[in-house]
Amino acid sequence: MTTSMDWTRLISRDRPGSRLLIILLIAIIAVLLVAPFALTGAKAISICVKIMIFAVLVASFDLLLGYTGIVSFAHTVFFGIGAYGVGIAIIRLGASWTSLAVGASAAIVVSVLLALVIGLFSLRVRAIFFSMITLALSAAAQTLATQLSNLTGGEDGIIFRLPPALMPSFRLLDTKIFGLTIDGKVVCYYFIFAMSVTFVLALLRIVNSPFGRVLLAIRDNEFRAEAIGYPVFVFRTLSNVVAAVFACLAGVMLSLWLRYTGPDASLSFEIMLDILMIVIIGGVGTIYGSIVGAVAFLVAQGYLQDLLKGASAALGSLPGIGKVLSPDRWMLWLGLLFILAVYYFPTGIVGVLRRPARRLDSSSKPSAKERLSIVYRWMGRAR
Amino acid sequence: MNRSDLMPLALLPILMGCAYLAIGNPAAWFTLTIAGVAMGMIIFTVASGMTIVFGLMDVLNFGQGIFITVGAYLSATVFASLSGYVVSPYLSENLLVILVAVVAAVAGAGMSGFLFERLLVKPVYGDHLMQILVTTGGLIVGEEIIKIIWGVQQVNVALPPFLSGAFVIADVAIERYRAFAFLAGALVFFGQYLVFTRTKTGLLIRAGVHDREMVEALGYGVRRLFVATFVSGCALAGLGGVMWGLYQQTLVPQIGSQMNVLVFIVIIIGGLGSTGGALLGAILVGICANYASFIEPKVALFSNIALMTMILLWRPNGLYPASAR
Amino acid sequence: MTELLLNLENVHTHIGLYHILQGVGFRAQRNRITLLLGRNGAGKTTTLRTIMGLWPASKGRISFAGTDIVGRSTSEISRLGIAYVPENMGIFPDLSVKENMLLAARNASRVTDIDQQRLEWIFELFPAVHQFWNRPAGKLSGGQKQMVAMARAIVEPRELLLIDEPSKGLAPAIVNNMAEAMLKLKQSGASILLVEQNLQLAREVGDDVAIIDAGRIVHTGPADECFARDDLLKTHLGLALCP
Repeated sequence: MTTSMDWTRLISRDRPGSRLLIILLIAIIAVLLVAPFALTGAKAISICVKIMIFAVLVASFDLLLGYTGIVSFAHTVFFGIGAYGVGIAIIRLGASWTSLAVGASAAIVVSVLLALVIGLFSLRVRAIFFSMITLALSAAAQTLATQLSNLTGGEDGIIFRLPPALMPSFRLLDTKIFGLTIDGKVVCYYFIFAMSVTFVLALLRIVNSPFGRVLLAIRDNEFRAEAIGYPVFVFRTLSNVVAAVFACLAGVMLSLWLRYTGPDASLSFEIMLDILMIVIIGGVGTIYGSIVGAVAFLVAQGYLQDLLKGASAALGSLPGIGKVLSPDRWMLWLGLLFILAVYYFPTGIVGVLRRPARRLDSSSKPSAKERLSIVYRWMGRAR
Repeated sequence: MNRSDLMPLALLPILMGCAYLAIGNPAAWFTLTIAGVAMGMIIFTVASGMTIVFGLMDVLNFGQGIFITVGAYLSATVFASLSGYVVSPYLSENLLVILVAVVAAVAGAGMSGFLFERLLVKPVYGDHLMQILVTTGGLIVGEEIIKIIWGVQQVNVALPPFLSGAFVIADVAIERYRAFAFLAGALVFFGQYLVFTRTKTGLLIRAGVHDREMVEALGYGVRRLFVATFVSGCALAGLGGVMWGLYQQTLVPQIGSQMNVLVFIVIIIGGLGSTGGALLGAILVGICANYASFIEPKVALFSNIALMTMILLWRPNGLYPASAR
Repeated sequence: MTELLLNLENVHTHIGLYHILQGVGFRAQRNRITLLLGRNGAGKTTTLRTIMGLWPASKGRISFAGTDIVGRSTSEISRLGIAYVPENMGIFPDLSVKENMLLAARNASRVTDIDQQRLEWIFELFPAVHQFWNRPAGKLSGGQKQMVAMARAIVEPRELLLIDEPSKGLAPAIVNNMAEAMLKLKQSGASILLVEQNLQLAREVGDDVAIIDAGRIVHTGPADECFARDDLLKTHLGLALCP
């Protein structure tokens, strides 16, 4: 009995809520755990690592979108701060654990301050300012990263070494285990794995804390939350800070794996779109959705691009079709998928797994929440 | 807008004065100021449409940048296919090609705006979160479609002779195109002023910004007004695209979303829903960007964010917020 | 001889989770002033808003001059000949009084298109409208705004006016003017459905009464008879309506 107690405490008593989802989650974690042994090929492993990084990145974004009800376009900025922080620190201070720690801590401090400032200026008045300002900021950050080339390496980014224990040339053991040499790359993989699990569990803990409950109340009804005495502005700003810290940590994970950082790898708008896509596909406001969504999306992305390549090669002779199906137009399909997902798949995978029957009765009447929001919108107007 | 509130106007001389001290060269300062005001008028053309759309319908279109791009590329296509008229020494032929380009851009942006509203925005009225997500998706798709039609490589646009080069007044070089852009922007502002004060549709829009329900209760279908306003906003963005494209003289598919960042800053500074605020904000942003790129080019974009930050410190709702909603 | 103008039958309205109107039914006759009375929160404003289509009726029938209007859009309902003066008056503060009036005149695209004789008549009824013609309506006092709101509702002939608490927050002298204006409006052929908490005004102008309590009509009848019945007033009306 005690073991089951511990198990639910680990996930902050936020049960996945569907047997299928539990099986899925366990399967994902199991595959990620044995991937270095079971999977061959650099592509498969790198998809696994991307999944672990995006699970953290998207879960922290979900804290904003799903639990606080605000859209940030600056999430990649914090992701980038984490990635660049590690890179710059190692370049300047040498490839040691100390400089890794210094870089990561400095990145976190910068992220906290920046998120605080953004919140103070944009969340004070109305949430839509926040989206506009973060969009401007993410554009500015990309420009800055390319222009400060002696610090950031400009367009090319920076390549750096890691502490020896995380480099491919390092050997943890002399003998192979299940036919696998335990080199620094494997150590790095499991290091990232541990970070990913810890951070996602931490986010799960945060959204299930009293703080998370207040955020939900704000998301559902800003007016009422303010009326009961929760300063909406303070809670939203705090949520932004917390999300920024985890995005920054995800950036650190990215740096560890790639031993490289550049504007395209961490700051580009494409990554922002990936985040949005994953959070919608997985299920907004669930945290678990970020894991499932990351798997579904990144695996599909890895192979859909191949599919497009094949299709455009096969149909390329037809005028026009080749252009549309070209792998360079990957974003076109991604964007269309995104719009369709927002309209027709708003609860995401987790939502569908949790309540398969809900769709039937939800069409006839608006949900209680929707109806309430109408009332309060009206009250806000009458005020 | 509170008509007697003139305090924000003081920002203009303050900013100009500070920049003068920092630059220290009257001729350079004057050239930069002219360039900034011209740039501001172009941004205003786009921002005015967007801010009214927000004021009236409570819709913020994150995909507005596409219509800028559509306008810019359509005008480039017109310029390319009528290149004989562009290089012609006759002013009338130059003007004709500009007119054709403007008509094409406004019509193209307006029509794509109509589709955009129908397909994407209509189902999400009243829900900011959904609007942001869906219109962002629309921006991506639109940009990709533009890449399919016009390619990814940059397109160069040549100015007709009467708009290229500069004229000199008392040691100060003023680029002809900037003066032209200023005039065009002023015309747009004046035109909007007339529409909003002299036509019934304009009055309805102003009334709707304040109280949509009452406009309906007076017997006007707001839905049609919405569509008309949205399409006009997109057409204005297309016009802004033409002006911006000629200002930059090189087009890339991201030109619209890049400019949109400036437009957002302008709208926030001006106060959501306010045309007058957008004009002031646009000029502030325009001159600030030009001063900054002269003093320290690397911080040009940040200078605008800094400007916005300071204004929000002073007035959290922007300079002239239009509606209490 | 009376003629039925507005007829509500078993109207239900839900606002969010709340069931506000729970079967409202009453009639308003042509060329009469019908009072809709009741305590705060009884559903008076919701009734007016439901008639205007600003809240959708979830059940029941509303017919205006023989036309069923449930499910129609607000603008359509307005075009059938119903004008609405909401409790907050619905004035557009950035627009001048003139522009406010012009918007209400659906068939006019400029002020000169408005029927000048009628305009003169309105100026007589509500002198403030004339006096502040070019002033931004937001700068007017509460009473003046109320005048503009009423004037706006009648700038073109409308068959029925829905007026929500016009006397709220006004000085007694202005309330008297208001009563006078409403009686003149009735003379001109208009019909009024009036929500009012001011007993003096209600008594002065009312022909018929419908009393609403907790989302249901509890009494209908001629005004004199209703105001004579102390029990009715005490049971169903609030302090504001007691003399």
